[in-house]
Amino acid sequence: MTTQNLAGDFYTQCFLSEQDESGRVILNMGPQHPSTHGVLRVIIEMEGEYISRAEPVIGYLHRMHEKMGEVKTYHQYMPNMGRVDYLHALAWNWAYIGAVEKLCQIEVPRRAEFIRVITCEMNRICSHLVWWGAYLLDLGAFTPIMYAFDDREQALDLLQMITGSRLTYCYYRFGGVRTDIDNQFISGARDFCKLMKSRLPMYKDLVTDNYILRKRCEEIGELPLEMARRYGATGPVLRGSGQKYDVRRAEPYSVYPELDFDIPVFNECDAMARYRVRVAEMEQSVRIIEQALSKLPKGDVMAPKAPKRIKPPKGDVYFAVEGARGKIGVYLASDGSSTPYRLKLRSPSYSNLSLFAELAQGTLLADAVSILGSLDLVIPEIDR
Amino acid sequence: MMNILELIPAELIRILIGLVAILVFIALNALILVYVERKVAGFIQRRPGPYEVGPWGILQTLVDAVKLMGKQLFSPTGGDRLLFWAAPLLAFAPLPLLFLSIPVGKNLVAYDANLGLILILAFSGLNVLALCLAGWGSYNKWSLLGAVRSVSQAVAYEIPLLLTVLAVTLMTGTLQLSAIVESQGAWPWQWNWLVQPAGFVIFVICALAETNRAPFDLPEAESELTAGFHTEYSGMGFGLFFLAEYTAMVVVSSMCTILFLGGWKGPGPEILGVVWFFAKVYALVILMMWMRWTFPRVRFDQLLNISWRWLIPLSLFNLLYVALVVKI
Repeated sequence: MTTQNLAGDFYTQCFLSEQDESGRVILNMGPQHPSTHGVLRVIIEMEGEYISRAEPVIGYLHRMHEKMGEVKTYHQYMPNMGRVDYLHALAWNWAYIGAVEKLCQIEVPRRAEFIRVITCEMNRICSHLVWWGAYLLDLGAFTPIMYAFDDREQALDLLQMITGSRLTYCYYRFGGVRTDIDNQFISGARDFCKLMKSRLPMYKDLVTDNYILRKRCEEIGELPLEMARRYGATGPVLRGSGQKYDVRRAEPYSVYPELDFDIPVFNECDAMARYRVRVAEMEQSVRIIEQALSKLPKGDVMAPKAPKRIKPPKGDVYFAVEGARGKIGVYLASDGSSTPYRLKLRSPSYSNLSLFAELAQGTLLADAVSILGSLDLVIPEIDR
Repeated sequence: MMNILELIPAELIRILIGLVAILVFIALNALILVYVERKVAGFIQRRPGPYEVGPWGILQTLVDAVKLMGKQLFSPTGGDRLLFWAAPLLAFAPLPLLFLSIPVGKNLVAYDANLGLILILAFSGLNVLALCLAGWGSYNKWSLLGAVRSVSQAVAYEIPLLLTVLAVTLMTGTLQLSAIVESQGAWPWQWNWLVQPAGFVIFVICALAETNRAPFDLPEAESELTAGFHTEYSGMGFGLFFLAEYTAMVVVSSMCTILFLGGWKGPGPEILGVVWFFAKVYALVILMMWMRWTFPRVRFDQLLNISWRWLIPLSLFNLLYVALVVKI
């Protein structure tokens, strides 16, 4: 036994014990590393600059959201959802609210449904913009994130007007939404759509078509469809592998069936395909927002008969929405009391991360960073 | 005999004055360039950049330098302390010598060595050693990876760099920098870049790689290697590397100016030579900054591919072309 074998924590030792050939460098990428975006830790076995083995270690940001769901009442738990995935907080809001509404059979007014669609899609654009900037930062381009945050700022200002917060929203309510949107918001949202329509082509010219960037993304991290299915990958990761699966179309909810939008799919299976899917999704989200704004009906934003105190009947329910990272599912088992008996959160990042170990094998360290970025992970969502 | 004894002190005094001037220039230049870099980055990224300290934020870098000096010098446990601290010094020490033989104007040169070009190339090669020692002495795997990268990068890019320099010297027939400048005319179409455009482009690319600037900043690729070879450095240890990087930028830009852009020559009276020289140098420096804030980083194997598969054959052809066209 050398001293090296005694070094490190439990995970490192487990990793070392599985090492078939000694003499390779073991690297700890994270929990504090610029390109793991949060507190993800990846143990890497390096052979020169090539990765022979990689293993993600998670749990550094575990906050027991599921357990908290069992302890808190339905209303008390709502703010938690904004903290699970801070980048697409409204989708998680929706998944939880939707599950409870489905269980209690609460009717949501149509105006509220449209407002949910508008805000959720706006939040999706924000999320993709952050991913876009951060991914390019991983690839060494410093400037795009500044442009992305500039655009995101416009959407955040709008969302702040009606939700009161800028990142961890708690806006949807059982039976509707918290506040109605006014003309100022509507004209602001239209301006934002216009802005995004002018920006996305510029981003394409400036970044997507860049030769260096394409060389860093194309044929990197090739994820065959079969493998994506095996790991339960969803969202842009799955759609980048050629599977046209989107919860908004596959298991329609809310007013999405009434709206006309495409599901972007790319068959190249590489990091560039995932990149293109997300950029195309931003375009589609702009389309959805514009349609929803023009179709916005008048009426209540809260169901008049929505119960003040949620006490669902006995039973269980599963409700899924499409988040920016994939399928967000909430499973809720109720025993008839004012707190759920069990709450299970299905987070897309968790499944998407599990791909990484297999995907990173045999790649260069720089490619592993590119792959990790292309999976668009949000660490709080993985650990919940 | 007396003649020689009289000559040596005069030369020495000239060199000493030159060295003092160079050291002052290095310090001032770094202060200004860091400010300019941050303002350029701010301009490209549509944000103001530093504006809080002093008018237009001019004093920001000065304050940063004071902060760096005030910081605790920290060396990692288990690291080789001698090598660890030798590295930043080694990165900084050759810099004054690099400027020694660079003519910034007519007769404005500290030491007009007849092998000036070789002097600069030799001393700038020491930078790799500094990076290598820093990576090894840090006792950090990320630093080590950065050091390994820097060595293979330097080896790969020094070859095309030397070949393009060789092509220029083949044309001018001298290694003396002032003579190379003299061989070029006052107007842009009389400069070497038009005679060997390929050499000029190759030189600029290699200069970027040699100074470890983006998109070739692989030894310190922060998203991959946290900060590469200078991960473990704090205070002025980091400050010296920083100083070295910004000075190296000016050195390669000066080289490029002298070899391809006519040095201090330009239209107008000769007294304007210094202005022309620095205008060209800083234009090149700003070009390097522009590239840094625009492009993503290349991957390591791509970086080596660019050199071995494209730049080296191209620079060989360039040399051949110069030999054929110019000599015949």
